[in-house]
Amino acid sequence: MMANQAASEVLAAPVLEPRPRGAGSRYLHRAARFARKQPLGAFGTVIVLVLVVLAALPGVLAPQKYDEFDVTARLQGPGAGHLFGTDQLGRDQFSRIVYGARTSVIIGFGAVLIAGLVATIAGVTSAYFGGWFDTIFQRLIDVWMAFPGLIFVVFIVSIFGNGRMTIITTLGLLFGAGSSRVVRSSALTVRSMSYIEAVRATGANDLRIILRHVIPNVTPIIIVNASVQVGAVILTESSLSFLGFGTPPPFPSWGRMLQEAQSQMQQHPYLALFPGAAIALTVYGFNMLGDALRDSWDPRLRTRA
Amino acid sequence: MNTYVAQRLLLIVPTMFGVTVVLFMAVRFLPGDVVDQILGDFGAASPETRRQLEERYSLNDSIPQQYVTWLGELARGDLGTSITSGRPVSSEVKRRLPATFELGSLAMVFSLVIALPIGIFSAVKQNTWIDYAGRSFAIVLLAVPSFWLGLLAITYGFIWFGWVPPLRYAQLWDDPVSNLKILWVPAAILGGFLAGTTMRLTRSAMLEVMHEDYVRTARAKGLRARVVVLRHALRNAILPVVTVVGLQVPVMVGGTVILEKIFSIPGMGSYLLTSLSQRDYPVVQAIVLFTATAIVITNLVVDLSYSVIDPRIRYG
Repeated sequence: MMANQAASEVLAAPVLEPRPRGAGSRYLHRAARFARKQPLGAFGTVIVLVLVVLAALPGVLAPQKYDEFDVTARLQGPGAGHLFGTDQLGRDQFSRIVYGARTSVIIGFGAVLIAGLVATIAGVTSAYFGGWFDTIFQRLIDVWMAFPGLIFVVFIVSIFGNGRMTIITTLGLLFGAGSSRVVRSSALTVRSMSYIEAVRATGANDLRIILRHVIPNVTPIIIVNASVQVGAVILTESSLSFLGFGTPPPFPSWGRMLQEAQSQMQQHPYLALFPGAAIALTVYGFNMLGDALRDSWDPRLRTRA
Repeated sequence: MNTYVAQRLLLIVPTMFGVTVVLFMAVRFLPGDVVDQILGDFGAASPETRRQLEERYSLNDSIPQQYVTWLGELARGDLGTSITSGRPVSSEVKRRLPATFELGSLAMVFSLVIALPIGIFSAVKQNTWIDYAGRSFAIVLLAVPSFWLGLLAITYGFIWFGWVPPLRYAQLWDDPVSNLKILWVPAAILGGFLAGTTMRLTRSAMLEVMHEDYVRTARAKGLRARVVVLRHALRNAILPVVTVVGLQVPVMVGGTVILEKIFSIPGMGSYLLTSLSQRDYPVVQAIVLFTATAIVITNLVVDLSYSVIDPRIRYG
């Protein structure tokens, strides 16, 4: 996608990277350069990679299954047997946090994917066709954005249930509506470029212009937006779970672990400590990575440097 | 300028109309209604009783009819009557709004007091340890969930500092000390979260203008650094900051809902959550409409304040 973009008309900046031999060493070279220029971004990448591995292989890494309980070992503090202690049902907290990574990763990436699609389609069509279509469409988005996000999600979950797909779609629509504004404004700039006029003069139809010329030129904005949104989505999901509107039990979610811990917290504060730290560390990692990606990809920042 | 204001004001009409329609439909789409809630308490009931109850709360009218009735009441300034308590929604809102408003405003003050100085310093001292510390602090603030901090404050606040939120919530005018003793903690937590975004934006906006010619000129003619930064740079950098502060209102509303729940503050957010689970339609409609209106008005004020802050927009 990025190579396609560099070849397209507007971003004709020469790529002056030396071309190493194999594809593998080229990626390694790039990764090393990224780590050197963006040390915090590299740190964020490590956190994100660890999270993705946890989410992919919880069965291998967790000492117990997420719903395995032992009533003789209820509410044990952190220690050798249970690294992060056990909850009121005697479930191993560490294992539940490992499994909980899957909830965060799936919802985080899923919702951002949908948000990106929604924002691209809504933003580009609204900007490209303009006129009354744009006016009406933007008023609909005004209405959408007038509702506080969390309350909006709570409503949708109450209506359609708390299935994982429902939550992903809802969060995707919520975050997509916001970033469609950003996409729209950069698509407006692209639309007024003379090369679009030139393409139209050659007889290209609207669909072709949108797909081949407008969307590739707003893609960096979309990717940058998405990369900084993952953290925010994960945070919203955990708030939602904390309020009791998140994905259904028994599969763990960090937000719901905190909700369940609430009644036991005064006597067993460690129950509140670890799931929250997991959320904070994850969001921190995604934000760091997102920031670094923005710094190296955002064409607006690149031209200014 | 006047036509701009008029246009902007007119745009509110379709937006608010859309908000009422969407809100009303959303509330009716919620599975189960208040009749189920009441009948649930009395076990199985005859269809006759159900019909009578529905009639009592005028839930048997057609949905468009109910919508028109609601709009009519709203136009007369009547927010409706709570089904569960039987009291007018407006009196309950009047009792609960001050807590939420205070929490929100206090959080906003906290956020600006933290964000503006650090953001400005970070930009002025770009790429020094002050800048790195400031930026890392902002990212940490953004990453830590406020409900977790709330839980920790309640748990460890007691264990380490003996801090216990007062059992009964007192209004600011009744007992300011007791009121602030409970509110400052959630306000600081929410403010800290909001500060992360504001700080980053202040920094990048300041960086952008610090390289402008007029800032160099101001410096070259010998103005003190403080004057250059505050009067020449900040005034030009503040516009995006104002926007983002306005856009934070929905985030703030979500934050108050959660923090009110954790700290048992009798505000609008906790009222909304209970009313939603009881399917108390009039209350849910009133509160969500209220917050939506607040958001629409903030956006309007943000847009209009541009022209006050930036003369280029006023005369452009």
